[in-house]
Amino acid sequence: MRAADVLTLAGQAIRRNTLRSFLTTLGIVIGVASVVTMVQLGQSATQSVTERIASIGSNLLFVIPGTAQRGPGNVRATAEPFDLADAQALARDIADVRVAPALNTTVTVVAGNVNDSVPVVGTTNGYFPVRNHPLAYGREFQPGELASGAAVCVIGQTLVEDLFSGREPLGATLRVRPSACQVIGVLSEKGESMGQDRDKIVLMPIKAVQRRLVGQLDVDAIYVSALVDGTTGQVQGQIESLLRQRRHISAGAPDDFYVRDTQDIADALEGTTRTLTLLLGAIATVSLLVGGIGIVNIMLVSVTERTREIGIRLAIGARARDVLMQFLVEAVVLSTLGGLVGLLVGLLATVGATWKLDMPLVLSPAIMALGFGFSVAIGIVFGFVPARKAARLNPIDALRHE
Amino acid sequence: MTALIRLQGIARRYGRGDTLVRALDDVSLGIDEGEFVAIMGPSGSGKSTCMNLLGCLDTPTDGQYWFRDVDVGQLTADELALLRRHFLGFVFQSFNLLPRVSALQNVELPLVYQGVAPAERRRRALAALATVGLEGRAGAAPSELSGGQQQRVAIARALVSEPPVLLADEPTGNLDTVMSTDIMNRLVQLRTERQLTIIMVTHEPDIARYADRVLLFRDGRLVGDGPPDQVMG
Repeated sequence: MRAADVLTLAGQAIRRNTLRSFLTTLGIVIGVASVVTMVQLGQSATQSVTERIASIGSNLLFVIPGTAQRGPGNVRATAEPFDLADAQALARDIADVRVAPALNTTVTVVAGNVNDSVPVVGTTNGYFPVRNHPLAYGREFQPGELASGAAVCVIGQTLVEDLFSGREPLGATLRVRPSACQVIGVLSEKGESMGQDRDKIVLMPIKAVQRRLVGQLDVDAIYVSALVDGTTGQVQGQIESLLRQRRHISAGAPDDFYVRDTQDIADALEGTTRTLTLLLGAIATVSLLVGGIGIVNIMLVSVTERTREIGIRLAIGARARDVLMQFLVEAVVLSTLGGLVGLLVGLLATVGATWKLDMPLVLSPAIMALGFGFSVAIGIVFGFVPARKAARLNPIDALRHE
Repeated sequence: MTALIRLQGIARRYGRGDTLVRALDDVSLGIDEGEFVAIMGPSGSGKSTCMNLLGCLDTPTDGQYWFRDVDVGQLTADELALLRRHFLGFVFQSFNLLPRVSALQNVELPLVYQGVAPAERRRRALAALATVGLEGRAGAAPSELSGGQQQRVAIARALVSEPPVLLADEPTGNLDTVMSTDIMNRLVQLRTERQLTIIMVTHEPDIARYADRVLLFRDGRLVGDGPPDQVMG
């Protein structure tokens, strides 16, 4: 029997029961579509996380008092905070690094008749390169302003839009309760990161925040960036030994601060999204298997219905393998059609979802090939049992079947 | 010249113990090339079982079957299929056309399994339909044809691959007298044209008279063998 004839036969059988064929393949369509969509969205999420981490700053280390242990209880409360001298010591004693201390608080900011609750970071000019967040225009803090804790500030793009709505922000006065500051610079646009608008921020000299807003001399965190690629590990070691010394931690006692690499955070987040992707992919694969069961079911019914037809074919000279091929190819064509439609649906769903969720569009030819290949394989595996049942029919029994 | 078909001590039994049915019991016979044989007998006499064995649709419990000196009992299932494909044409009482496909496609079917190319297939199928006078109805579905026409399509299908033997199981069983006469006249004509061997099961003496030899079965045994007038008295 010619291959083209086998395919024609399968096409005829499928078209003869259009609705039934459609319902049979629906499981495969849904299965392939969900595998493709889930995995591609997962990869898209991973990429988006990676991009956001990169935007925080590369080669960046967060030095934070307390222990890195996560869980209930605030360990930071028990650890002694850093002060400005710690930051200065890091900058002075460790080679090839930039250092920026940070003191974070949230205040109500008022300009004209608009007010908003905004995060304020007290820091130094080191912040701009270390956090990879340069000025768009205006100027940085002057040494005198830093030393005296002058009431000046650099603001993010969102605040320019929200508070000044088109008016010139430079030189304007921003009320930062209970104080006020003069806007000297505007940060470049950074966008959202981890659900946070990174352009909704006010930077002030750290001494200004200490004195005018918080009323204490603590430093919440010290950001350190290594200037030479690949040295963050080494720098981390230097920071740890220097801080242990300054904080008089005896040998053997645990650190009461921790240093975190942005790469650690990226790895942790990527690990999470990857696990989720795998999980979703696994669930979607189960739905593909369920689709395969739908195919076995319908093909078994079809073989029973067409027993007499099989008898006629056997009498006319079909061999068992001709009958086997007829039904196997029919099942494979069904599942392949389902796979193709599923790919299309999955592609549309991926494009739609990434567009709606504002995620990067990641298309994975590998997973599409895998999903499609899987659908074909399901046709072969699940089509085999009914096809063998058909091929094993005895001609005379099949012909007598009512 | 050796016989086309030779049966030696053929038996076909179903079930076992108390339910044992001897559908055929120790049947030996020979059929020569070009003969027109009618198999007769009352219901349950074993005539259909004999036909199925001759058509390689069923296998005997005992005995030997030679087809042109080939021991059919030694053939594999695939070889039996090839024997049916190239040497046997079947016509059934209930026509057994595939519904939902055209007369032409039905007639093409044996050629599909022979791997004949579509154009050649179509040409030969149309020619076969013409020999049964149905060249104008090639595109019709079986349901659009009369019983006689359906049986003519079935004859075209049986003969399209030009087998030497035609096996007909009650070919006129579902037809009225006019159609039956038409079918039988066509079979006789085809036989002469093609030197066809025809083996036909029937229970109608009028139909059996078209044959030149009658095999009479009763209770699974061959009880009569000879010209129609002699066997049927």
